[in-house]
Amino acid sequence: MTERIGVYVCHCGHNIAAVGDVEKVAQYAGTLDNVVIARDYKYMCSDPGQELIKNDIQQLGLTRVVVAACSPRMHEPTFKGALERANLNGYLLEMANIREQCSWVTDNTQNATEKAKSLVRGAVRRVYYHRPIEERVVSVNKATLVVGGGIAGIQAALQIAEAGHKVYLVEREASIGGQMAKFDKTFPTMDCAACILTPKMVAVSQSPNIELLTYAEVAQVDGYVGNFTVTVRQKPRYIVEDLCTGCGDCTTACVLKNRIPDAFDEGLSKRSAAYISFPQAIPLKAVIDEKECLLLTKGKCSKNCVEACSREAIDFSQKETVRRIEVGSIILATGFELFDARKAPQYGYGIYDDVYTGIEFERLTNASGPTQGKILTKRGEEPKSVAILHCIGSRDENYQKYCSRVCCMSSVKFAHLVKEKTDAEVFEFYIDMRTFGKQYEEFYTRVQEEGVNFIRGKGAEVAKVDGQLVVRAEDTLLGAYREIPVDMVVLNTALVPRHDAEKVAQIFGISRSEDGFFLESHIKLDPVTTSTDGVHIAGCCQSPKDIPDTVAQGSAAAAQSLAVIATGKVKISPISAWSDPAVCAGCRICLGLCPFKAIGFNEEKKVAEINQAVCKGCGSCAAGCPSNAIVVSHFSNQQLLAEIEGVLA
Amino acid sequence: MNTNFEPKILGILCNWCSYTGADLAGISRIKYPANIKIVRVMCTGRVDPTFVLKAFQQGADGVLVSGCHPGDCHYVDGNVKAMRRAPLVTELLRQMGIEKERFKLVWVSASEGEKFAKIVEDMVADLKKLGPLAPGGGAEKNA
Repeated sequence: MTERIGVYVCHCGHNIAAVGDVEKVAQYAGTLDNVVIARDYKYMCSDPGQELIKNDIQQLGLTRVVVAACSPRMHEPTFKGALERANLNGYLLEMANIREQCSWVTDNTQNATEKAKSLVRGAVRRVYYHRPIEERVVSVNKATLVVGGGIAGIQAALQIAEAGHKVYLVEREASIGGQMAKFDKTFPTMDCAACILTPKMVAVSQSPNIELLTYAEVAQVDGYVGNFTVTVRQKPRYIVEDLCTGCGDCTTACVLKNRIPDAFDEGLSKRSAAYISFPQAIPLKAVIDEKECLLLTKGKCSKNCVEACSREAIDFSQKETVRRIEVGSIILATGFELFDARKAPQYGYGIYDDVYTGIEFERLTNASGPTQGKILTKRGEEPKSVAILHCIGSRDENYQKYCSRVCCMSSVKFAHLVKEKTDAEVFEFYIDMRTFGKQYEEFYTRVQEEGVNFIRGKGAEVAKVDGQLVVRAEDTLLGAYREIPVDMVVLNTALVPRHDAEKVAQIFGISRSEDGFFLESHIKLDPVTTSTDGVHIAGCCQSPKDIPDTVAQGSAAAAQSLAVIATGKVKISPISAWSDPAVCAGCRICLGLCPFKAIGFNEEKKVAEINQAVCKGCGSCAAGCPSNAIVVSHFSNQQLLAEIEGVLA
Repeated sequence: MNTNFEPKILGILCNWCSYTGADLAGISRIKYPANIKIVRVMCTGRVDPTFVLKAFQQGADGVLVSGCHPGDCHYVDGNVKAMRRAPLVTELLRQMGIEKERFKLVWVSASEGEKFAKIVEDMVADLKKLGPLAPGGGAEKNA
């Protein structure tokens, strides 16, 4: 049977037409076998462009369509839709990528035109062998998994729960709250962070739709959009949560009281082995640190905690538990880490006293922090001068190239807090002042008026001269080298991807961008979806951002998950493998190649059988089949070999 | 050697990482030689050695297969399967007298547009040095 192929070459405005000669490409396409019509048009993806295709299918009786335009990753769904509106199966389309992989990467018209011709030739030969395929539609599990209980995850979880749907919120730490819980005030309004965060944390704990799994991590994700099976490992707290009232008696009774650096206070204070993360923790339950507890590490302790607990909530026999959760979509809100200032030793962090990171300063100035909110030097004195250094590890070729976005504003906030709480003189060292958000510039102006010294020039070094901390920098406005003696230095460190971001990306099957943060589908137009359908991202795991943007992304990711829930059904890729029993020799090589255990062996017929529902269409089995018995729909040997022949002819 | 020789390269790229990485090169307007023509597969695990042989039979001077970095495969470990098959392909080519430099397996992630462009540039330069494919012509170099 012969096919009637239509070829449509897009100008994409000037994007393609300015480099490649699209008319020549269309003319050439018209000479290829089985091509009955070849046209070029300014914007194929526009309504009139799609109408053109639709009308040709109906009037010329086209049976196959090639669109030479942008990447199929961009507009394949658009053109599939155009075919379907003309009652032609969407899989009878093939796209030739003459924009991203041709006109945009070639600067010579002749080369671009010739390359486009080759790609169109490949597509025409391939599409000849296309077969109609029906989309697979599966029903959706209406529950959502949110990973990470910082403000992004909290926002997303609350929004989905408020819409009436089940949410599992998995948090690695013993309490939700994330980084924001450590902050003192938030710019530009100077709201107390706890005052605006803790009501949301409480709402999470009280929502009947949210099941909170703290001290837990996702170990494995199976399945696909609509039907994920998630394996969650929950560490033992050694506290029976239902019995614990969060009274804190165990923490005061613990023999290691005030002996263990408190991570929540960035190590600036000490806690017990039995502890509650912070006063507003959710859940407000104690936890016993198994790496420190004497009984759990050495097997010997007077167990004062057990005696102190009137509820008998302490249970040293607890073990890690593993749960399997079924959800339809996933929101990753795993947040960020801060750049380790020790990696930039020129700033003296970890070498000199009174050199703090930004997050340590947050704890110092926090009313529930190690100094009850008083800004004090190590010697317990109020500093007379404080230096705040921007861009430590950010905007630096040696560390992170990117701007961490929040440090300018938090530095201005720190300056304001120092001015508010002490009589100290404040020096801020900045490269550029980036106060881009709502009311940000106004806040900066206000702090300037408070008498803070803003020095335009990156802090180059923090040294100690005769027992005195000194900040060295070039003042680029004065064009002068300056050395400023101070009593305290605050290094505002970069926001960096979490140390295990790579592993997490692998578990959830998503990609990372060059900077190591999770990669969104489109940097501008699709910022919270990923290359894996049903896995969405929100907050600083995607890139550094402030609280307003983080909250907005949390809501955006929730909207994506709610869309999956609302439709009730999702289309999943129909690309799958099929083994022809008439050809299969029963060698079973394919069984070991399938990563999804989709292939079984029929002992009676002595042939391999592929379970279409489990197959994801990677085609590893087909590549390994010595008899060529396996056909991968839409990526068959016939189709791919025809395309290879075509592009090289 | 003919200095005007422009090698023909077939690229077989996986949908999830390398094809997206190649798209990113375009989106970032990074220029690289037009010698490469790209065919998309869902996974490098799909790359049947026949595809590579077919390409050489059709006059390709080089074949580039590119997938996700090990551990990042969308289908668990299809790229590892491609990696295991690669030495067999190279050996097969050797027996046919085709130089091993003409077949390359690389890892390019969705964010490595620049890297992809560089790989193509280098491969074109290498193939220009090697000259056009002459079946059997590589036998000596492979020996």
